[in-house]
Amino acid sequence: MLEKTEVTLDELRHLISDRAIEGETVLLNMGPQHPSTHGVLRLLLELDGEIVVNCIPDIGFLHTGIEKNMEAKTYLKAAVMTDRLDYLNTVGNNLVYCLAIEKLVELDVPPRAQVIRVILTELQRIASHLVWLGTHALDLAAMSVFLYCFREREIILDILEMCGGQRMMATYIRPGGLWRDAPAEFEDAVRKFLDIFPARIDEYEDLLTKNPLFIERTRNIGVLSGEQAVRWGVTGPSLRASGVALDLRKAEPYIGYEQYDFDVPTHTDGDTYARYLMRMEEMRQSLRIVQQALDHLPAGPVRSNNRKYVPPPRSELGTSMEAVIHHFKLWTEGFPVPEGGVYVAVESPRGELGVYLEGNGGPKPHRVYWRTPSFVNLQILPLLAKGHLVADLVALIGTIDIVLGDVDR
Amino acid sequence: MNEHLQFVAASLAGRFEIQLSEFRDQVSLLVQAQQILPICQALRDEFEFNMLSAQTAVDYWPQEQPRFHILYQLYSLAKNVRIGLRVPLDGNIPTLPSIEGIYPNANWHEREIWDMFGVRFEGHSDLRRILMPYDWEGHPLRKDYPLGYEEVQFSFNYDEIDRRKPYMKE
Repeated sequence: MLEKTEVTLDELRHLISDRAIEGETVLLNMGPQHPSTHGVLRLLLELDGEIVVNCIPDIGFLHTGIEKNMEAKTYLKAAVMTDRLDYLNTVGNNLVYCLAIEKLVELDVPPRAQVIRVILTELQRIASHLVWLGTHALDLAAMSVFLYCFREREIILDILEMCGGQRMMATYIRPGGLWRDAPAEFEDAVRKFLDIFPARIDEYEDLLTKNPLFIERTRNIGVLSGEQAVRWGVTGPSLRASGVALDLRKAEPYIGYEQYDFDVPTHTDGDTYARYLMRMEEMRQSLRIVQQALDHLPAGPVRSNNRKYVPPPRSELGTSMEAVIHHFKLWTEGFPVPEGGVYVAVESPRGELGVYLEGNGGPKPHRVYWRTPSFVNLQILPLLAKGHLVADLVALIGTIDIVLGDVDR
Repeated sequence: MNEHLQFVAASLAGRFEIQLSEFRDQVSLLVQAQQILPICQALRDEFEFNMLSAQTAVDYWPQEQPRFHILYQLYSLAKNVRIGLRVPLDGNIPTLPSIEGIYPNANWHEREIWDMFGVRFEGHSDLRRILMPYDWEGHPLRKDYPLGYEEVQFSFNYDEIDRRKPYMKE
């Protein structure tokens, strides 16, 4: 007789209270197939009536072994996998990976490429916040906000498609610059978005900010103090909503963020409502950055001229033997990266997105480690959930803003 | 190198066995496994490194001594500087003390390192697998673990493949 081994309660004994063993409280599974978990997150809940006594997250259902796979590919081929980590922040994932390579091989990036990178990452931040806002409001039974948010997100995805040829996973940012220049209609499309979007944010705020039902469901739910947030390594809007003004765009400026004038909004309440206000304000700040970047968009090349790492333009392949050799070497063998490791972090919509990249002198990475904000931030869920109702747990999962592709990698 | 980091390195060098290295403007300290707890404690309480931003491991197989490096990335909010720690570990039953008591978010990072590299953390409160299934055999991110492919299970070969799974026992 064949038999499957199972997890026994003994293995989880240290995570639940004695009352569960005596049968006074109930153990209940939530997920992995549950709409409000924003993906495949399983929670084992210990409930006293409707009150959450303990909450044990179980992750890994979306684990795809990206870190292991990247070790078996050349640097350029591995870049394609970065899109698949946090699928709501694809441009940001490409960016941090390319920044790490550029740091390791000391590659220069032309100014036009840097400015387009800023525009696209900020638009992506808005798109990500829109998905968050829509689904978070939907969890709390505000149906129409979701439809409005996805309407505007579509405009941003159209702009991304215009540049990279794909709505979401284009790997548009490459080591040393961009895959190709943004098309002529790019500027107009972004300007058009900048014109309509501020009024649309007001529209969302009209629906939620003073809505008594929404406030009732979010105020004083899942309060996180600033001191606690820092201790648990929480970053991004969740940290700033607890009164700690850490934004890597200001603290460790990359791709020229020091040239732009923008604020880092903070809030002191640290509850779900404060985190909502934070992200709404962040969208407005992102618009400011995009506006400034667009006004000072320089002309010029979008790829580094260093042929050892960046492929030559298509037009040269017909006339230059050297270009053909470089092209052949880059697409067959790849480029070598010196020994040594760097840790590079950027501010993703969810917090600090870091990558540790270690080269071994060959064309494939020795180790790629992704420090993903969702993974670290999800750890505070049990802390936030204790003592709240099961219904509030849905609001709490939404407010941390996790993407399961980012958690499980 | 940043002034604060210079000060930190100088004061730690007097008390512990550390080796300072700098690569692409990033500072890291090579420390010994048995000293990781007091060093982390000192960095957090005396030098304001109040956030553990990342923790991971690197496998240098077939090299055995040391086979692994455990990496810590600490961040100081007040000084806005980062410092890296590297702990070398031998390949034979690698263990080191858990820093969960100092930085609580090391909990999941250490579970992930156990899951992926098979490095044990002493004094960890909940050292279970985190990403791989609970009955998985082996530690996937080790360099001697093959990338491998899994045959797709269809109805005609379902039982046959199921019999080879680790959760089956005769």
